[in-house]
Amino acid sequence: MIHKTSPEVGGMGHSIKRKEDLRFIQGKGNYVDDVQLPGMVYGQMVRSPYAHARIKSVNTEKARTLPGVLAVITGADLAKANLAWMPTLSYDKQMVLATGKVLFQSQEVAFVVAEDRYTAADAAELVEVEYEELPVLVDPNKALDPGAPLLREDREQKDNHIFHWEVGDRQGTDQVFQKAAVKAKVHAFFPRCHPAPLETCGCVADFNRATGKLTIYMTSQAPHAHRTVFALVGGIPEQNIRVISPDIGGGFGNKVPVYPGYVCAIVASLTLGLPVKWIESRSENLQSTGFARDYHMTAEIASDRDGKMQALRVKTLADHGAFNAAAQPTKFPAGLFSICTGSYELPAAFCEVDGVYTNKAPGGIAYRCSFRVTEAAYLIERVVDVLAQELQMDPAELRRKNFIPAASFPYKSPLGWTYDSGNYEAAMKLALDKIGYAELRKEQLEKRKTGELMGIGISSFTEIVGAGPAHTFDILGIKMFDSCEIRIHPTGKAIARMGTKSQGQGHETTYAQIVAQELGIPASDVTVEEGDTDTAPYGLGTYASRSTPTSGAATAIAARKIRDKAKKIAAYLLECSENDLEWEPGKFYVKGVPSKAKTIQEIAFAAYTNIPPGLEAGLEAVDYYDPPNLTFPFGTYVCVVDIDKGTGEVKVRRFVAVDDCGNIINPMIVEGQIHGGLTEGMAIAFMQQIDYDESGNVQGGSFMDYLLPTAVETPHWETGKTCTPSPHHPLGAKGVGESPNVGSPAAFVNAVVDALSHLGVRHIDMPITPWKVWNVLKEKGVTG
Amino acid sequence: MATKQQVRVKLNGRERQADVEPRMLLVHFIREVLQLTGTHIGCDTSHCGACTVLLNGKTVKSCTMFAVQADGGEILTVEGLSKDGQLHPLQEGFKEEHGLQCGFCTPGMLMSSYALLQNNPRPSEGDIRWGISGNLCRCTGYQNIVRAVQFAAAKMAHGGTK
Repeated sequence: MIHKTSPEVGGMGHSIKRKEDLRFIQGKGNYVDDVQLPGMVYGQMVRSPYAHARIKSVNTEKARTLPGVLAVITGADLAKANLAWMPTLSYDKQMVLATGKVLFQSQEVAFVVAEDRYTAADAAELVEVEYEELPVLVDPNKALDPGAPLLREDREQKDNHIFHWEVGDRQGTDQVFQKAAVKAKVHAFFPRCHPAPLETCGCVADFNRATGKLTIYMTSQAPHAHRTVFALVGGIPEQNIRVISPDIGGGFGNKVPVYPGYVCAIVASLTLGLPVKWIESRSENLQSTGFARDYHMTAEIASDRDGKMQALRVKTLADHGAFNAAAQPTKFPAGLFSICTGSYELPAAFCEVDGVYTNKAPGGIAYRCSFRVTEAAYLIERVVDVLAQELQMDPAELRRKNFIPAASFPYKSPLGWTYDSGNYEAAMKLALDKIGYAELRKEQLEKRKTGELMGIGISSFTEIVGAGPAHTFDILGIKMFDSCEIRIHPTGKAIARMGTKSQGQGHETTYAQIVAQELGIPASDVTVEEGDTDTAPYGLGTYASRSTPTSGAATAIAARKIRDKAKKIAAYLLECSENDLEWEPGKFYVKGVPSKAKTIQEIAFAAYTNIPPGLEAGLEAVDYYDPPNLTFPFGTYVCVVDIDKGTGEVKVRRFVAVDDCGNIINPMIVEGQIHGGLTEGMAIAFMQQIDYDESGNVQGGSFMDYLLPTAVETPHWETGKTCTPSPHHPLGAKGVGESPNVGSPAAFVNAVVDALSHLGVRHIDMPITPWKVWNVLKEKGVTG
Repeated sequence: MATKQQVRVKLNGRERQADVEPRMLLVHFIREVLQLTGTHIGCDTSHCGACTVLLNGKTVKSCTMFAVQADGGEILTVEGLSKDGQLHPLQEGFKEEHGLQCGFCTPGMLMSSYALLQNNPRPSEGDIRWGISGNLCRCTGYQNIVRAVQFAAAKMAHGGTK
């Protein structure tokens, strides 16, 4: 149990109001596009209208001679500096500005710099590029056909195959399937979608010729890693690069990769000696930056006649677009997709993934997701429902029968993960009780008699977050630890800095609460700073729900180091032995004599004014935390839908989300994260898709056709929680920001399929639009 | 480049004027010429509402309007909501009810909510959801924004704030 501090201290478990809000509600946030520097000029990208075409010529003369234009940079210019290509985070490379040919619509071809953004846009129109169209490959299923157009002529390997990755026991799993009494199978496509944070990507690159220092204000979820990439790729001494990630208007994984626009702005600033601002338009953001998913998955599950699961077999084709720019741990080409055995005891499992190139934007990134865990959770929760249909068994009952029992943790999965802790049945029971599951099933029976369509969908997901342990997890060799540095000022106030970077998660509040919890210094007395690589300790950044598991842990450990030193000072001040001291949040006191005490504030003052002999002055500590394992948050979501037979429209009547993320730092913030994640999960299930026509034209390239939910489409979310602490995290916390986005798509889809299951429907691919449902109803002879 | 034209506006109660190109968008005029960066740009197509401001008491999406169209008008932006160092009840509501996360949509949300409460001081939940349906939020799922507006409506009803 975590000791609960007073509300004034505001440690863990208190719903204290967010410290960052005061500036945001008054229009005083500082986002990248708000940065205005003296002499600043503007960059504008010229992009390809074609998905696959050879570049015959690029004529920049008209653009260069337009008054106000300072430079036009092409791929040929970058090639001279060996910068036309850059490495991706997945050991592939990506064109910064196209040379030779373009491989997706909206690919970067030239970069125009002008005195103001309007002139830059005018000049971009004047860049004349002559293209020769090439055959376009859109369908990944055709990527490996013998006659398929070869996309990546730059590679030695002359086909469109990127990687094959497999894990588990293929032979053993096949044998179980051969003998299995019951088998269920689903082909499930997880469509390409885009995180679409409300702020697009952008930067201001500011190279100071006098000092040689390059300062880059950028929309970065991983400022330190980006600094190192710029140093390695650009050959700039790392001490001369300062990345500042100011307020970030949402990230959701979109702001993890390095994009060509950043590189071009940096090159332009180095060339001109002026600050160069580059900010994407919404269309540029949707059409060219990190998409997510695009997994064509097949899952088969074997069980006995009573519904006891025996094996899982998964085969997936991954569409990575033109370059494998997946942002994920280097040793995991399919991310953490092998968490696909989910919450179930499966004696045998095998999973394989093949990645291919197509003429689409490069990626993919983990959209509010810990590296493909969303795809995995969706797939297992979908195929379990298909098995329930096959067995004519209640899907809740089937889950209950196969959950990894609470007593079996830590649990070693057949695909190699060690789950830290869980109590899946408790979470499901709470969710079913809250929604009134038994009553809903009765109502459904009644409704079916009259032909009304109502469905109940369950998703009992298990996540895998907090990457990760250094022995397995790195990005381009940099281990995935994260960090915290805390300094206590003489007056007992503090500043704490981390290697992570909030994009709305509320770190300025929650990290302060961890310091408050560990040291008894009120959270209101603790300033939290992130995102400036010149001041914050090194870390890999915020994505994959890793902030609390890594930097949150580092904060606790750094605070404990401070407490250790504080104890020495307290012993000196109280003239006793350290062994005679007891700690309670905020003070050390002599055992049995609570009145003989020194507060942390008094100790902090002494650390600078009355230093014990032999001890260093000051009171500060830093910790680089290498997590011993990942954390495994879980939960059960239950969704009730009603379907309009006439229009195919699906209405979410109720949605109950029970989450278990271990010990909670700020319940208000956790609930807010869950609301937001559920809304994105719903959007993915019903609305959001980046699709392409056969010529490779993007079909979701602006908010006119990439649909996002408003307050009207979004239902009222009902939340609940169970608490199963992580045994290895210093605070027992697990991370939560992505659970709702990972766990909810299956609940929505399962609900829709459940509403139609009596008609023989087994699966419908996302996004489940009214048009799709209407067609299914028509096919099944149901009319409004 | 076309001849610049003079644009005069009353921005948050203060007379401002500048010469700008006729094609300059109102949002760039506010953000870059008049240097109030609280108003944001999220989509360029008037779908997201991050650029919402009040022009002569009505909400407009300043990314799809020219500055010259606002000439002679009164503009209220997020920076004009608090008075004499006192937060507007809506601003308080967003903080108290955790109605924001990344904060990028917040200024536009506040302005749409402000206009809603001016016209409908006691909105139902449905009224609020419709009232902010021209504004997208990618973080909160809207539920706490609804609560924030309800908080403000209650406080304004008791305190007589506008």
